[in-house]
Amino acid sequence: MKVIVIGCGRVGSTVAKQMLAEGWDVTAVDEKEDALTRLGDDWPGGFVLGHGMDVDVLRAAGIEETDAVVVSTDGDNTNLVIGQVVQKRFDIQCVVVRLLDPARADFYEQRGMRTVCPTKTAIEVLTEAVRSCEIPKVTV
Amino acid sequence: MYVLVAGGGKVGANLARLLLRAGHEVTLIEQRADRFAALEEEFEHAAQRGDATELFILERAGIKRPPDIVLAVTGDDEDNLIICQISKEKYGVPKVIARVNDPRNQAHFDLLGISPTICATSNIMGLIEHEVPEHEDLVHLLELRRENLEIVEVQIDKDSPVAGKRVEQLNVPDGARLISVMRNGQSEIAVGSTELLAGDQVLAILQPGKEDELRRVLLKR
Repeated sequence: MKVIVIGCGRVGSTVAKQMLAEGWDVTAVDEKEDALTRLGDDWPGGFVLGHGMDVDVLRAAGIEETDAVVVSTDGDNTNLVIGQVVQKRFDIQCVVVRLLDPARADFYEQRGMRTVCPTKTAIEVLTEAVRSCEIPKVTV
Repeated sequence: MYVLVAGGGKVGANLARLLLRAGHEVTLIEQRADRFAALEEEFEHAAQRGDATELFILERAGIKRPPDIVLAVTGDDEDNLIICQISKEKYGVPKVIARVNDPRNQAHFDLLGISPTICATSNIMGLIEHEVPEHEDLVHLLELRRENLEIVEVQIDKDSPVAGKRVEQLNVPDGARLISVMRNGQSEIAVGSTELLAGDQVLAILQPGKEDELRRVLLKR
């Protein structure tokens, strides 16, 4: 199974490494060459330098024969456009898009996009953490 | 009418100024603090600060009314595309116009149904081809996306099989029509009796995909 990870920052690079360890054929895409250092010196997967909105870059990364795409650049709108292009133009079923803004995540989720919103997760986890705190009652 | 302008750079600020002068109601959204300060001085309450791809910023700017038209003219194609998509599909804005900064992104706007778009670079390229016609034999001047038609220009050269013939004698393909003939700086509407001569610049309207047939008829190549 092949996965392309577009946007290779802290999140993308770790996803790429994890998927590779699980036996996936992984190609990472990033517009900065520095991103390659996040993948480690002996990164055995693929790496394509370029912007994920560039169709030639997507083709070089093997978009025509991939099973899944993870879109995790640092720009929500960039991710939304890449996610839709990959879905509609290349007809890829498994596209997961990272979005930081919960409002846009909700809207695009309703339109059938698979989104992951770390902000929403953080809000839920933080709220739950506070709720489950054992706060000692202060006696006067 | 009520116009929402997203992006207060040169394009957005000038549009807002023209629209206000024409008596329209305008809200101009700009994210950058330095730019916003200058805009606020000129446009006062019509300028609002924020990221126009954030739903609450759009709502604060009155997207729910909704505006008659949203102009997405930031310097960032992704932002323009998403602003238009959210405006149309979430808030039911009837009309949007998107600026395309990088012509390579045009295909993304087309794919996602964002239209009309305007790309200064593509327009200038079209003008270059128009001004220097020997560049290419068939020049695209205008794409009418909604009509699924395009207007092209063809220069008739001395080897052309149609030089010396009248329009009614030509076998112009279905889905294509000659519009006008320009000779020595003078243009006239092409009718059946119009004669074509070497050196003429002919405008034609056609359905996309008919270029090759038209090229064969007019230029034999």
